[in-house]
Amino acid sequence: MKKQLHKDTDLVKDNPEPAAPVKERKVSLWSLATTFTKIGMFTLGGGYAMIPLIDREVVQKRKWLETDEFYDILSIAQSSPGLLAVNISIFAGYRVRGNKGSIAATIGTCLPSFLIILAIAIFFAGYRDNVYVDKIFKGIRPVVVALIAVPVVNMIQKSRLNIWRALIAVGTAAAIIFLKVSPVYILLVFFACFFCVRYIKACGKKDSEKEGGV
Amino acid sequence: MIFLELFWTFFVIGIFSFGGGYAMLSLIQSKVVTEHAWITAEQFTDIVAISQATPGPVGINSATYIGYTVTHNMGYSEWGCIGGSALASLAVVLPSFIIVLTICRLYQKVKNSNLFASLMKELRPFVIGMIAAAAGILVTPQNFFHWSSLLLLAGAFISCKFFKANPIWVILAGGLIGLLIY
Repeated sequence: MKKQLHKDTDLVKDNPEPAAPVKERKVSLWSLATTFTKIGMFTLGGGYAMIPLIDREVVQKRKWLETDEFYDILSIAQSSPGLLAVNISIFAGYRVRGNKGSIAATIGTCLPSFLIILAIAIFFAGYRDNVYVDKIFKGIRPVVVALIAVPVVNMIQKSRLNIWRALIAVGTAAAIIFLKVSPVYILLVFFACFFCVRYIKACGKKDSEKEGGV
Repeated sequence: MIFLELFWTFFVIGIFSFGGGYAMLSLIQSKVVTEHAWITAEQFTDIVAISQATPGPVGINSATYIGYTVTHNMGYSEWGCIGGSALASLAVVLPSFIIVLTICRLYQKVKNSNLFASLMKELRPFVIGMIAAAAGILVTPQNFFHWSSLLLLAGAFISCKFFKANPIWVILAGGLIGLLIY
């Protein structure tokens, strides 16, 4: 653990903002885990609902993170693969107590939902064919489609896609729905194109710099 | 064998889950429903409904539920099923754990590079398409077996989009209506 703390303080040294006082207070792994259990327990409807809760518990109340630091973490957590809620807890846990901290925070976040869903799965295994359960879910299924459609419409409105990007979105959806293409392959092709274009652009820049220099 | 397959499937889902829980849905669907046929489209819809109405990220919820259901369908003992659901949940978190911890270590560098920001920006249309696909695949004759299903869809959409209704109440209302009219 000592080693880890040294690494942490090294990180802080690199940081121009004076975040050191927060790090010097040693937070116990137990309190990290229980705090994130609390956060995980009250996160209904996905990761985004979690943000104000984490802000209140971790930043305002316990002062484990600075506000700026929290927003940095948030933007990186959003662009990393994986679930936002889990990514934030990994990040926050790491900033507070290193590797062990990130494990404690992640277990804390996941445990309540794991236990609740496990209980429901066990219950449903027995009631799958119950007439009333069947009726209830017949009513719920169309609602689920609507609940997934709402963020799609919101994202389209917010991101104001141009015609090419709109075509990409429609093409992606059509490929998955009708051609049954796995999103994995679509993402792989995307990454390949993205990094190729970046590489070519970077090469182009170097060339033009050379020409300019000569 | 099934445990190894469960682990690998959800590990891959974890690696490619860019764009949050909703974008992950079409990934889970294509792996679990289309590719492996471990559960049906209706069962998947039910899992999404349950995930929406219970605390926690949708991705982990579905991993937990699918891990249990798949092993249960194959006739494993109760503890085997619990092991399956724990394994699937762990597998879906593990990739982001490795990736995010690496990013943590390079925090200062990542903070100042625009790579991630531009990656996310370019990824946006794909994410929208993936979420739209997650909704589209669920439009099956089984899920919309009656004309009233369309009314439920429209009602839920309007109340969430324009009246900012809480999804939990919308799901509960849908269940209550189903219980009364079907």
